[in-house]
Amino acid sequence: MKLELRGITKRFGALVANDDINLTIEEGEIHALLGENGAGKSTLMNVLYGLYRAEEGEILLDDVAQHFAGPGDAMAAGIGMVHQHFMLIPVFTVAENVMLGHEQTTLGGRLDLAAARKRVREISDRFGFSVDPDALVENLPVGVQQRVEIIKALSRDAKVLVFDEPTAVLTPQETDELMNIMRQLKAAGTSIVFITHKLREVREVADRITVIRLGKVVGTAAPTASNEELATLMVGRAVDLTVDKAPATPGAAALVVTGLSVIDPHGQVLVDNVSFDVKVGEILAIAGVQGNGQTELTEALMGLQPRVLGEITLDGTSLCGHSVRQVLDAGVGFVPEDRNRDGLVGGFSIAENLMLDRSNRLPFVKRFTLQLSFLADFARTKVKEFDVRSQGIDTPVGRLSGGNQQKVVLARELSRDLRLFVAAQPTRGLDVGSIEFVHERIVATRDAGTPVIVISTELDEVAALADRIMVMYRGRIIGIVPGDTPRSVLGLMMAGETPAEGVAA
Amino acid sequence: MSTIAPVNQPTQPVEPDDGPATTVIKSWKVPVVLGVFTVLGILLLIVFGRSGTSTMALSTSSDLIQLPDVLLPTRETGVVISILLAALTAVSAWMVQTRRKVPVWLIALFGVLLLIGFLVWASADARIPVPGLLFGSLSLAVPLIFGALGGVISERVGVVNVAIEGQLLAGAFTSAVVASVTQQPLLGLLAAMIAGMLVSFVLAAFSIKYFVDQVIVGVVLNVLVTGLTGFLFSQVLAPNAALLNQPPKFERINIPLLSEIPIIGPVFFRQTLIVYIMYIAVAAVYVGIFHTKWGLRLRSVGEHPQAADTVGINVTGTRFWNVSLAGAVAGLGGAYFTLGSVGAFGKEMTAGAGFIALAAVIFGRWDPIRATLAALLFGFASNLQNVLSIIGSPVPSEFMLMLPYLVTIFAVAGLVGQSRGPAASGKPYRKS
Repeated sequence: MKLELRGITKRFGALVANDDINLTIEEGEIHALLGENGAGKSTLMNVLYGLYRAEEGEILLDDVAQHFAGPGDAMAAGIGMVHQHFMLIPVFTVAENVMLGHEQTTLGGRLDLAAARKRVREISDRFGFSVDPDALVENLPVGVQQRVEIIKALSRDAKVLVFDEPTAVLTPQETDELMNIMRQLKAAGTSIVFITHKLREVREVADRITVIRLGKVVGTAAPTASNEELATLMVGRAVDLTVDKAPATPGAAALVVTGLSVIDPHGQVLVDNVSFDVKVGEILAIAGVQGNGQTELTEALMGLQPRVLGEITLDGTSLCGHSVRQVLDAGVGFVPEDRNRDGLVGGFSIAENLMLDRSNRLPFVKRFTLQLSFLADFARTKVKEFDVRSQGIDTPVGRLSGGNQQKVVLARELSRDLRLFVAAQPTRGLDVGSIEFVHERIVATRDAGTPVIVISTELDEVAALADRIMVMYRGRIIGIVPGDTPRSVLGLMMAGETPAEGVAA
Repeated sequence: MSTIAPVNQPTQPVEPDDGPATTVIKSWKVPVVLGVFTVLGILLLIVFGRSGTSTMALSTSSDLIQLPDVLLPTRETGVVISILLAALTAVSAWMVQTRRKVPVWLIALFGVLLLIGFLVWASADARIPVPGLLFGSLSLAVPLIFGALGGVISERVGVVNVAIEGQLLAGAFTSAVVASVTQQPLLGLLAAMIAGMLVSFVLAAFSIKYFVDQVIVGVVLNVLVTGLTGFLFSQVLAPNAALLNQPPKFERINIPLLSEIPIIGPVFFRQTLIVYIMYIAVAAVYVGIFHTKWGLRLRSVGEHPQAADTVGINVTGTRFWNVSLAGAVAGLGGAYFTLGSVGAFGKEMTAGAGFIALAAVIFGRWDPIRATLAALLFGFASNLQNVLSIIGSPVPSEFMLMLPYLVTIFAVAGLVGQSRGPAASGKPYRKS
């Protein structure tokens, strides 16, 4: 089925998320929609799927204009979507999720689960998915959940399938498998829209590429285009994709973790007997697919986890069993993985957020009162130093872009005397310009002699920053390898295979 | 690894290779609580033990099949039960020590034993009519069960229903008036449903359409209905009681055969129409929620409204109409007060039943059958207090009055633990 979008314009108040977008997807084509976070790709697809109503423009399927009042209409017309955040109900089985919204019933109104199971098996077998229709979705790995999403769309006879950032949650191996599935679907005549900001994937699988920036189509490219060309189109200026970094000059081990385990309230072991160290002047990157214990490990370091076994020492003094306050005072800086939830208070101003972790003492507080003029001076200096773009230091951080928010977090954490710097997913959801800035600051911190831990699920970031790479899988360390370890080896390690060359220190 | 078609590799059964182990966290909560109750039990049954003989009557005088009374020596029974309680506590402690999970049946058995011990102790040289005790329990549980069903439906679809109390009260008031004027109890029943539904409309409109905090709307509605019915009662109903507040009650209907089964028959099958409707309602809600299209959609909206929206389900509409349905069901429970038991409307006559029903919803983990059982437990606690004050138990009646609420607190706070409700319950769905 041929899909055509003509002159789509979608506004949110004063913000124009999509500005006169034209796009044609031919039958049996994989069309990549490339753009940075916030460029308007997802908005466009939500318009297509009937979740948003566009102010202007029209959608045509096989040259017939469509009017979608909601997702139901879009699905009926043959459009299916695999959402970035899966639209699956965790406590339902696969079959129940697939049948939801177009349920078949037997006599007497009972759900016809047998028919739904059969449908799941049929589609699952056709693409070699091997998905159990009776498994509860919440017990499935994310890769399999994604297949359930695909089955869900195909069970409604989708002719146009939209994949919204499908690889964000996958291991490199799962990503390869997804690419194969896309090719299979294409061979079966399905048109595919593939939304992503990852250049490598686009070049591997797409037939055509459309680049979107700030809500506008800024160009099209062939999959033969180089990474640099695509990045330049996407960002709007020449970008340097590598990080300038001198070889590390590691000193003595500063942070030593021995036999650390973290246990959740249900008795699940989330971090399983982990031992490693970080030396002065090096960056240790912790790689792994989301949800393999990295989050809990950093929280244990910060004193945020209640059930911890093992020993953590920083420069010879124990950090275990101490409060977060004491850990901070010991000189640990921390960039949490979800800045909006754990890193910032959205309603507070930039200045207030900059002093959040030092609200108990001089120089910010004197005799129980805030030193507002000192705070204002401090905030102005930091805003300048970290290039936070805003209307002033009194702007609520909730109104800043993701990149500027992350700069505020960095400015706060790096303006103390640090003996250890922990950054979890430091560039998640940021634009290329901000990513460059954050990476530079992290390397500068290392060069100043601070041991740095970077937790990232992005192999690009790990490869760019790490002096040593530690890969975690199901709460355990699969291996600690040098920073120049090939991507393919890292990919296998992230899927739980111990590297052949053994564990390097 | 083969180089071709990695897609065909089964990725589903990635389950336990040697993956992360699960350890049972040693939690001494259960043994400690059981221990405390064992000590209390020993104090009551042995230290303050009473001598005499306790009589349990198992049949009513009108039964076809007469079972003999059970006679138990009070002190000896108390000693035996104390020993059993101590043994169960020891078993639970041993299980925790060896890192095993204490099974629920053990806790339930402990509770039943403790209850029997208490009953035997309280009825020294007295006679407890067991069918009467259970019959009364069911009667007191009827409005709780209707309220709990309304709560389950509403919470499962994603709206916290604190307004059950208001829905019960509105149902009680309206059914009394309508049934008095028309002299038709069935019309009263219908009116109660409509009244409960109207209360729900307000809850639904404010929480779904205008995103007002659901708990606050619920609380305000309760206060509003209490005030309104109280005002109308003293200004309109009381002066014209003969016309407006003397509804005909439903007659008891004995189901042939079933009503003659010993113990069960007199308790469950010599009831009024409303109770029989309740049996059907419990079964219907259970089957409906877990085995029909309606229930699947309802649950999906309460768990993940956005996911429901993306498959073309109208989230707002589903929520609105199911919250209304919940109100209608709760309204039926209100009608039981006036048309089933008391026979006239009285100011604030529901007396917190709606909140106990809410507790039953949580205690029953949002499951209609379990919520019904929880409501029966609360009904039993209330009626135990009635029966014991009649046979003249040595426990002060003020203390006995606390019993149902104590049971509620223990049940909800202690035993529910980490049960998980519908994920999106209480959260308004905003479509951007």
